[in-house]
Amino acid sequence: MNAARKEFALTVEDLSVSFDGFKAVDGVNLYVERDELRVIIGPNGAGKTTLLDLICGKTKASQGTIKFKERELTKMAEYEVVRSGVGRKFQTPSIYENLTVYENLEVSFPRGRSVFGCLAFKRTPDVTERVNAIAETINLQDHLQREAGALSHGQKQWLEIGMLLMQEPELLMLDEPVAGMSVKEREQTAELLQRICKGRSVIVIEHDMQFVKNIAHRVTVLHQGKVLCEGSIDKVQSDPKVIEVYLGH
Amino acid sequence: MTFSLKKFFSGSNGWVSIALLAVVILVVFPLAFDLFRLNLTGKYLTYAFVAIGLVTLWGYGGVLSLGQGVFFGLGGYAMAMFLKLEASDPESTKIQSTPGIPDFMDWNQITALPWFWEPFHSFTFTLLAILVVPALFAYFIGAAMFKRRVGGVYFAIITQAIALILTILIIGQQGYTGGANGMTDLKTLHGWDIRTDSAKYILYFLTGAILIGVIAGLRWMLATKFGRLLLAMRDREDRVRFSGYDVANFKIFMFCIAAIVSAIGGALFTLQVGFMSPSFVGIVPSIEMVIFTAVGGRMSLVGAVYGALLVNAGKTLFSESFPELWLLLMGGLFIAVVMFFPNGLAGLYEKHSAKLKMLLQSLLARRGQVAPAPVSATVTPLEPEKIVIPKARARSSKGKKRVLTSEGSR
Amino acid sequence: MDGSSMSEMGSILAMQGFAGISLFSVLLLMALGLAIIFGQMGVINMAHGEFMAIGAYTTYLCSHLVETYMPGFQSYYFFFAVAAAFGVAFGFGYLVELGLIRFLYKRPLDTLLATWGLSLILQQVLRSTFGAREVSPVMPEWLLGSMHVTETIEIPINGLMVMGLTVFVTLGVFLLLHRSRWGLRVRATVQNRAMSGAVGINTGRVDRVTFALGCGIAGIAGAAFTTIASTGPTSGSLYIVDTFLVVVFGGAGSLLGTVASAFSIGETQSILEFFLNGSMAKVITLLAIVGILMMRPEGLVVSKVRR
Repeated sequence: MNAARKEFALTVEDLSVSFDGFKAVDGVNLYVERDELRVIIGPNGAGKTTLLDLICGKTKASQGTIKFKERELTKMAEYEVVRSGVGRKFQTPSIYENLTVYENLEVSFPRGRSVFGCLAFKRTPDVTERVNAIAETINLQDHLQREAGALSHGQKQWLEIGMLLMQEPELLMLDEPVAGMSVKEREQTAELLQRICKGRSVIVIEHDMQFVKNIAHRVTVLHQGKVLCEGSIDKVQSDPKVIEVYLGH
Repeated sequence: MTFSLKKFFSGSNGWVSIALLAVVILVVFPLAFDLFRLNLTGKYLTYAFVAIGLVTLWGYGGVLSLGQGVFFGLGGYAMAMFLKLEASDPESTKIQSTPGIPDFMDWNQITALPWFWEPFHSFTFTLLAILVVPALFAYFIGAAMFKRRVGGVYFAIITQAIALILTILIIGQQGYTGGANGMTDLKTLHGWDIRTDSAKYILYFLTGAILIGVIAGLRWMLATKFGRLLLAMRDREDRVRFSGYDVANFKIFMFCIAAIVSAIGGALFTLQVGFMSPSFVGIVPSIEMVIFTAVGGRMSLVGAVYGALLVNAGKTLFSESFPELWLLLMGGLFIAVVMFFPNGLAGLYEKHSAKLKMLLQSLLARRGQVAPAPVSATVTPLEPEKIVIPKARARSSKGKKRVLTSEGSR
Repeated sequence: MDGSSMSEMGSILAMQGFAGISLFSVLLLMALGLAIIFGQMGVINMAHGEFMAIGAYTTYLCSHLVETYMPGFQSYYFFFAVAAAFGVAFGFGYLVELGLIRFLYKRPLDTLLATWGLSLILQQVLRSTFGAREVSPVMPEWLLGSMHVTETIEIPINGLMVMGLTVFVTLGVFLLLHRSRWGLRVRATVQNRAMSGAVGINTGRVDRVTFALGCGIAGIAGAAFTTIASTGPTSGSLYIVDTFLVVVFGGAGSLLGTVASAFSIGETQSILEFFLNGSMAKVITLLAIVGILMMRPEGLVVSKVRR
């Protein structure tokens, strides 16, 4: 795609982490541009989720750097990473089941994030407007007053994406966003992702190759904590190393 | 989990319930009880402060502290120190070898008032200390633990250990604290005799009014975004963190609030009962206070007050006539609440009031006055993809993690 | 202390150190059971102390029976009493898991409250059965003496006995958990319950036996306890907080950590007791543990896993 552009939104270099001597992520380099939708694939245990954990600060790196908009993320606490513009969706839908869809989105609105800010928080028109707009984007405009726990699995996945969009992140990381979705929901999600990657970078972990083909600008293949191959989906799929890793297992 | 914010206004946390509670405490009890019983009720109401603190901390925040007696004690002892100093003026203690200091100090061969007792000559300082000391203490403990993500069971055990430490310290340092007997013979507050009948009435109403005020305050707090965030944090701590909130700060704040509220209860206890002792600080009272909350309903401020009243009334009743039975009953209560009524009295009330409402609705509907409730209209049928969830869930639950994180305990 | 020479000082320290080892042994026996129940299963058993009391009262009953019916047997009964204490506590633990604990695995804080209730009930039952006064079993002659290591150092035999028992049980638990087929099942169940069920492990049964085993070891702790102190209905509850701290301080899930932490806590307290009074020694020990746990919540021995 826009390979000619020199400035990267996210720069990951020489990133490693080990658990009890096991290197889950081992010297990974990753460069993601603005407006780019990157998909990370790889067999189970390749270190995909751990890589996202490292970027968003959930896991602390043993070595290496993560630069996002010229800021170093490795030393920041999770909430600071989020406030610098990184949004993260978890593998299983992680929403607040006991709150309504509206409240789920409202809580994610980036205002009043301190204790006293929360106490003083008012539901002003701009909040309502934004919640409604996002609800429309994620197809939940008719469910705003329902308790989120009562949504279908696919709707929960969308809600979580919507909660991230509320934060207006410049880097959005989604861990298996279509797991457990029907074919139709997958199509809708693909279309949703194409829409929301405008003006930001998106990283998606996914197993479903059809879905990957639909959305990916570029694909990175991870294997045993290392980058095995990177490029367009066609290039990756014809790479002999990738074929061996997938078929050899 | 049957809780929803809509119930906040009409359910057991609603303004109607609070108003009803105010009527019960401030009108019904004073009319129905003689002074002895009323004073006893006033004492139970001071425990209710701890219980409502636990509703916000444990019910909403999912953080169980087994050391709330510590804060009750800090408030109670601060008040007792002031009253004790007033009761130990040189005139009434002239038979001591050192007149002018509290009697227990004299018995322990202490000849001068310790420095940390000095400021308690001032009532303003005492009032400030009742609020500030427990808050600072809670802040210190909370900051140390929540910043390091200690929660759940670990937090419970460590707060329990702190309650134990403080009790041993109070009992061991007799000369400074009055030891196991505590601070007794408290008489006057600025010359106002707190042992008279009229004083007991006034103190009862003071306790009741402050309690209602605190409940209203907490009720307001829980209705703001802060309250929603507490629930969110209890159920999905990681999600809250990755929405850009510093989760630890919220827990610390909540712990401080619960501590302050408990301390207010402790101070009012001292005033009404006329003494303070380590038997209200340690492990056993602290965990009993949790059961008040559990019986009343851990999600209901008003319920927690009824819980405190009921359990204590039961305790008084049984330990007068069948002391052996009481421990069995109390133990059974712990088990029964956890196993069969996890939402306590408030849960029962809500369950049955919903049934009642449905019954009314169906009656009205049959008469053709009201259209059938459109509850099911918006509910889309469950989709087959739901089946996938267990697989995903099993993947994300790592066995060891269970104990370190603060887990919602519903 | 002013008149004491260096060598006397050394002897006192050695004996105080040994007293620490007796305390350490009982703490460790209590903690081993809890390390299995809490460390492996994640269950908070606040009634653990009462299982120790059950073991102690079983020992007392054994001693009573032997004294009445088989006086000739007096010298050896203690070994059988230990086995009986284990058996009774094990059986009772099995029932408790069956009737209470298994409903609460997903609600650790609620387990805590329910088992606290259980402990209140057990205390009252013990009080109604055996009376509120403390009891002591009759100790066989050979347990009462002491060994003269040097002229100034005396080591009590009962302390040695408790120590031996502790070493035996610790080794047994270690072998059982890490070298036996059953231990493998327990560890598998702890790591991934659903998967263990899927590969044919009867996880319900594993839970029940694991919990019962932890209780049984608490029973042995009770038997050991009778040799150094007398038993009352609330004896167990006095140790429960200490025991939890031992397990947490050692790092839940690590037997080695439990042993190390029981040792350091027992020794710190005994040695401090010599310099300060008992209550201050306890306060300082507890404060140190709580302080360290606040700095290092994962305890002494940690295993790093992806979280």
